Amino acid sequence: MVGERIRAGLADYRTLAAAKLRSDWQYRAGFVAMFASTVLVTAMDFAGIAVVFTKTPELGGWTFRDVAFLYGVAGVSFGLADFLVGSVEQISPRVRTGVFDMLLIRPVNALVNLTASEFTFRRVGKVAQALVVLVVATAVADIEWTLGRILMLPLTIVSGTVIACATWVITASIAFFTVETQEIANTFTYGGDLATSYPLHIFESWLRVLVTYIVPLVFVSYLPALYILDLETPLALPSWLRFASPLAAVAMVVVARAVWRAGLRHYRSTGS
Amino acid sequence: MAGVVETRDLTKTFTVRAKAGRVRRERREVVAVAGIDLRISSGEMVGYIGPNGAGKSTTIKMMTGVLTPSAGTVRVLGLDPITSRVELVRRIGVVFGQRTQLWWDLPLRDSFDLLRAVYRIDPQRYHANLAAFVDLLDLGPMLDTPVRQLSLGQRMRGELTAALLHDPALVFLDEPTIGLDVVSKHAVRRFLAEMNRDHGTTVVLTTHDLADIEQLCERMVIIDHGRIVHDGPLEEFRIRHGTQRTVVVDLEVEGPPLQVPNTTVVRVDGARQWLSFDRTVTTAAAVVAAVVALRPIRDVAIEEPAVEELVRELYERGGGA
Amino acid sequence: MAIARRAFRRFSAYRGATFAGVVTNTMFGFVYAAVFVAAHAVAGDIGGFDAVDTATYVFGAQAFLAMTGAHGDREIAERIRTGEIASDLYRPVDFQLWWLSHDMGKAAYQAIFRGIPPFVVGAIVLDLRIPTSPGTWLAFLLAAGLGVVLAFGVRFPANLAAFWMLDARGVVALTALAQVFLAGHIVPLYFMPDGLERVVRLLPFAGITALPVETLLGAHRGLDLAGVYALQLGWIVVLLAAGRSLLTAAQHKLVVHGG
Ligand SMILES: Nc1ncnc2c1ncn2[C@@H]1O[C@H](COP(=O)(O)OP(=O)(O)OP(=O)(O)O)[C@@H](O)[C@H]1O
Ligand SMILES: [Mg+2]
Repeated sequence: MVGERIRAGLADYRTLAAAKLRSDWQYRAGFVAMFASTVLVTAMDFAGIAVVFTKTPELGGWTFRDVAFLYGVAGVSFGLADFLVGSVEQISPRVRTGVFDMLLIRPVNALVNLTASEFTFRRVGKVAQALVVLVVATAVADIEWTLGRILMLPLTIVSGTVIACATWVITASIAFFTVETQEIANTFTYGGDLATSYPLHIFESWLRVLVTYIVPLVFVSYLPALYILDLETPLALPSWLRFASPLAAVAMVVVARAVWRAGLRHYRSTGS
Repeated sequence: MAGVVETRDLTKTFTVRAKAGRVRRERREVVAVAGIDLRISSGEMVGYIGPNGAGKSTTIKMMTGVLTPSAGTVRVLGLDPITSRVELVRRIGVVFGQRTQLWWDLPLRDSFDLLRAVYRIDPQRYHANLAAFVDLLDLGPMLDTPVRQLSLGQRMRGELTAALLHDPALVFLDEPTIGLDVVSKHAVRRFLAEMNRDHGTTVVLTTHDLADIEQLCERMVIIDHGRIVHDGPLEEFRIRHGTQRTVVVDLEVEGPPLQVPNTTVVRVDGARQWLSFDRTVTTAAAVVAAVVALRPIRDVAIEEPAVEELVRELYERGGGA
Repeated sequence: MAIARRAFRRFSAYRGATFAGVVTNTMFGFVYAAVFVAAHAVAGDIGGFDAVDTATYVFGAQAFLAMTGAHGDREIAERIRTGEIASDLYRPVDFQLWWLSHDMGKAAYQAIFRGIPPFVVGAIVLDLRIPTSPGTWLAFLLAAGLGVVLAFGVRFPANLAAFWMLDARGVVALTALAQVFLAGHIVPLYFMPDGLERVVRLLPFAGITALPVETLLGAHRGLDLAGVYALQLGWIVVLLAAGRSLLTAAQHKLVVHGG
């Protein structure tokens, strides 16, 4: 039953996203230029990290290789999430103008319909760039590969992607309740991406609390990286948390689902 | 047999925040639909009309799973539109005349093909339906045109096709003829009539063009301020509300207004006079006989008020209450 | 001036977006500040700046983001695309000056509502270096004003690309990207490797954000400060002239093709 629904959802996503890609491809020059700028933006983020390491050998006790690995993990997860569901942020204008109605009259899960209908191919640029960093960083970092660590890496990417997706959905759901501060969502999504690219312990305590307990982004990269890179943390965090990313992912999915559904029920369309 | 649509005390209130003063905001409740009991049977064509802001679109949105009712119940094809939205919309068709459900930048044909995938329409049936619709609505020449380049009338034919490709048992059309010229309107009406006749499709339609109703719907539901003020056959409406008739006579020579019992002269134009009377009090024959007895006449005609006129009066009375 | 005032008022309509922007700028400010401060913790002073300087720099640069349109302001390109530009061209005021005033009004709004709040929050939470000498403030304000004009100088030609291309989004986005990095929004210029830094400091982008904010930190005085102004003014002249000749070419094209 559930498997059937997931399969149908994926099939619909593929169909609708392909249609959006075909539509966008009608404006070829813009498509290519925007793709290039996406790749450059993400490359620039990493260049920033590289520049900082020209002045210091380490950051909070982590070497460039460590931070690059962290960046790669966070970047691939957030990049994949952005690629798959990032277009959920387009909900705001749809809700404001009532065009969201048109998504609901289709026999397709509303979230699938929205994200696929606004699918933005160029976001794959971020995934590609972060993947290159991750592969290189994994190759050059001195990781003592054990079975646990080998298994942990893909598990981390999957959990991280799920956590990031859920973050996107939760912040986008704000649009159902208020039309005014949707842009705040970016603080958690793109801001979360930035913050999770650096070792958590260099941040102020309130910021750490925010990304640990309010939005559990610390599970995306920092905690599993502690295990994979075999690093110590100056923070008083129980060591089992290093393995808890899948749990955090499940919890985030539960919350995202509840918030999204509450939002849908709260949806009020427009008068004309 | 259960109705395809059944509502009991269906209600929707919106809370709106209006600016009151510079910063203060005031919350106000707007009752868009105020307790509607409606039962529509399979195969019916129902005209759902009412003045602007009466609550028509809101009702339809509650029936199609777009809006959650504030109170009351609604069942469509035996399903709860909110909890079983996906299952329900697979079996119904919806057209919001003000919005498009087609893919703006893609050829019309692609939109249909996407819908085939999304509704999981059997390919054979899809091709048969599409061929029939292309024929009925004369879509052939525009199938390969991007939707953004279609005229409103062309697009609306596309929308209808999109809403009916999957053989829905029931279609909701919110102002499907808005902004269309007479030719396109005719095409839309003919198409709906044929779908209803040949496939038994139930049609619920809102419109501000009463000709749509007169030509299509045996049943007319009128709402105002969120309440049903009339529900019944169009003819019954005419009989109940249209008791005034007018006899128009062309006299041989001009003269003062005629003095005929039980009538009032509502207009005089040269030798032509309009005499209004109540059908329940006297008859046209009696009025004509009385006129002939008074003065020689050249021609005579009897006017029934148009439905439009009656509906306008009803709207203006503020819900006929 | 009247044009600037109108622009100011028009943009004050977007209160929700402004608030959200402030929150985002503030958060990014804290993240970047923490990263650079951690670098200072290991490396000590960098390019003559200490950790407090750098934290101040970060919040200063965040304040400049919206004000200098670093996210790719496409207003002119959009008007060209929709054809509304025709009515702008027939106005009895100079087209380029008109848009410059418009942008100054917008920048004033952004400076007050998007720029100052994150900086104030940063200053409350962190230890920032706020100059006490009025001379430094004056020097900064002048440099900041020139930075805004310079940002317009860069943006204007990029937007005019819309006269020649169906979709100028790419050009504007790429220009904005260069601006974000080279004006010192991702890392302070003094964090860059020396060779790179020397080149970047000569580009117009440096004069948009990095030089004014460094002026706020008191890093440029006397002859050095004169050099900053000279660089800004020099690029302003070059870029405005370039924008003007592009505009002339575009108008010529419009006349030839009949709009
Ligand atoms: N999303 C909404 N938020 C607030 N009020 C709404 C909303 N949708 C509808 N209303 C109000 O509810 C009432 C009914 O609106 P509705 O759109 O159902 O009317 P309608 O009968 O379809 O009118 P029309 O003929 O103009 O389309 C109106 O007073 C309208 O202002
Ligand atoms: Mg309506």
